[in-house]
Amino acid sequence: MSHLIILPIVLPAILAPFIIMAIRFHLDLQRIFSLAGTVALVGITVALMAQATTGDIAVYDLGNWPAPFGIVLVLDRLSALMIVLTALLALAVLLYVIGTGWDARGRHFHALFQFQLMGVMGAFLTGDAFNLFVFFEVLLIASYGLIIHGGGARRLRAGVQYVVYNLLGSTLFLFALGTLYAVTGTLNMADLAERVAALPADETALLRVGAVLLLLVFAIKAAVLPLHFWLPASYANAPMPVAALFAIMTKVGAYSILRMYTLVFGPDVAVTSGLVGDWLLPAALLTLAAGTLGILGARKVGKLVAFAAIASMGTLLIAISLFTPQATGAALYYVIHSTFATALMFLIADLICARRGGAITYTPPMAQSGLIAALFFAGAIAMAGMPPLSGFIGKLLVMDASRAEPLMTVIWAVILISSLVMVVGFARAGSLIFWKAYDPTLATDGGDDTQDDEAPDTPARPAALPFVAVFALLAGLVALTVFSGPVSRYTDKTAAQLFDPGLYIDAVLKGGTP
Amino acid sequence: MELLLASAVGVLTACGIYLILRQRTFPVIIGLSLLSYAVNVFLFATGRLALNMPPVLRYHATDYTDPLPQALVLTAIVISFGMTAVVVMIALSAYLSARNDRIDMDVDDTYDDEQDATPGANTGTNTEGDA
Repeated sequence: MSHLIILPIVLPAILAPFIIMAIRFHLDLQRIFSLAGTVALVGITVALMAQATTGDIAVYDLGNWPAPFGIVLVLDRLSALMIVLTALLALAVLLYVIGTGWDARGRHFHALFQFQLMGVMGAFLTGDAFNLFVFFEVLLIASYGLIIHGGGARRLRAGVQYVVYNLLGSTLFLFALGTLYAVTGTLNMADLAERVAALPADETALLRVGAVLLLLVFAIKAAVLPLHFWLPASYANAPMPVAALFAIMTKVGAYSILRMYTLVFGPDVAVTSGLVGDWLLPAALLTLAAGTLGILGARKVGKLVAFAAIASMGTLLIAISLFTPQATGAALYYVIHSTFATALMFLIADLICARRGGAITYTPPMAQSGLIAALFFAGAIAMAGMPPLSGFIGKLLVMDASRAEPLMTVIWAVILISSLVMVVGFARAGSLIFWKAYDPTLATDGGDDTQDDEAPDTPARPAALPFVAVFALLAGLVALTVFSGPVSRYTDKTAAQLFDPGLYIDAVLKGGTP
Repeated sequence: MELLLASAVGVLTACGIYLILRQRTFPVIIGLSLLSYAVNVFLFATGRLALNMPPVLRYHATDYTDPLPQALVLTAIVISFGMTAVVVMIALSAYLSARNDRIDMDVDDTYDDEQDATPGANTGTNTEGDA
């Protein structure tokens, strides 16, 4: 049994208290340790991914208790993919935060950041449903601190809403888990899968209630349409780099849906077959449509990107809700793209907000306008799914996977029309922000406006590190495009592994540890 | 006993949801606490209701009650306690910085982040009547 699996959880869990207790007054030391920890995390997760690529499912018994009794961590291809994604995103966001000095605007940023990473890593690695709840709470409680980082009345009120909404979600999660436990008598995911499959057909009413409750919880996390209300206000008022990190949080919801509804309530399980996909698909289509309309109507950059995040979750969940191996492979490719693209757009939004405020209206030209405009252009292309970047490939894969579906025309229409509307929305925002500034009929005396209140945070000499972080994310998208062949081969294999839940169950319960 | 427990969960949940739909932070937090009590009682019952039985196997005991839900409830209590403390602190600082404990956002979001909401700016839907 290799101890490497638990390291992504233990490392931030040790680092965060260390930062709080030992070096709380030394921002430079905090930055060094936080950065070193995150770089180490990238190394560890890549090593774990190399281990998972062989197709083995590694199981780690916590406290050496055997599987149905103790809590297990499970590393399969899907978990490995998600933790690598988390670590890479965290590194880029951390570089940006250090470069812009966001971490100096409030206290304990780095400790909360590490706790957040611990929660996300744990949620991706755990093989126990109640443990999933606990890691959800860990990542949420850290996110409560991060979302109000820097303070301000508006941000705090948005934070209260976010906390209340998520506490409701947690309560619902407990109700769902209680129901599942009452029916099956276990909370280990692999054991749950076996017992659900063996349950007699006339005793499954309560089980279906539990399955739907659980779907609601994950839908809250993934911001699926009727439950997405927390996202725009929270993300638009959060510090933008934190919102960029939270690009992975909605993916935790999507991951949980994928995990629970392929393993426990899989397509082959008679009692819940058709229960989830039939509900999730229309909701996902509506999510995409609503997110797109939000892009068109947004009056601030933060809101614009928040709605773009909702739209990309919509596309992702369309692919997930089909529950076929091909569609899931496409969904996993889109997960990588959507995480990087959303984070990239949030960071660009922060570059804009720091220079001219977030309103999508006319203002005098800002510093580095050309460079940021180019970045915004690239990010918008990725987000909308236009040809050169990976969003196009992702959407193509999703549409290809939905070709055999009965609702194929509806799915294609929604995806294609929403892409067009997204292009219009981004073009409108981009031209108002970047081009209107140079409109000779409007620019009367741009010189003295820029000095006092319009651009409060513009440094005299622009820091290079934020641009390094932004370009790193962009490079990630380009790499995802160039290496789309190998990546989609990996995601297809991941999907094949997911749709053969016997492998997972055997590895956990029969101790098929390599 | 089943009826008592089930109605307790139901009443707590109903009161909790009613209070969460209020517009001020204080009733919302009370509502969240009631909901977490409801879910704790519910979790307790998922191991089936049993009276006067040990939660661990002993040699002379004929039967035992399921110990796992009790452990789950303990975890849930600790987590909800911590979460309530956090939400109280955040709500308090939101109140102190805005001088206003409404939970909904202002309708108008065109103004800049920096010039934050003043109490007079909340003219949107200021007609709620929870006194």
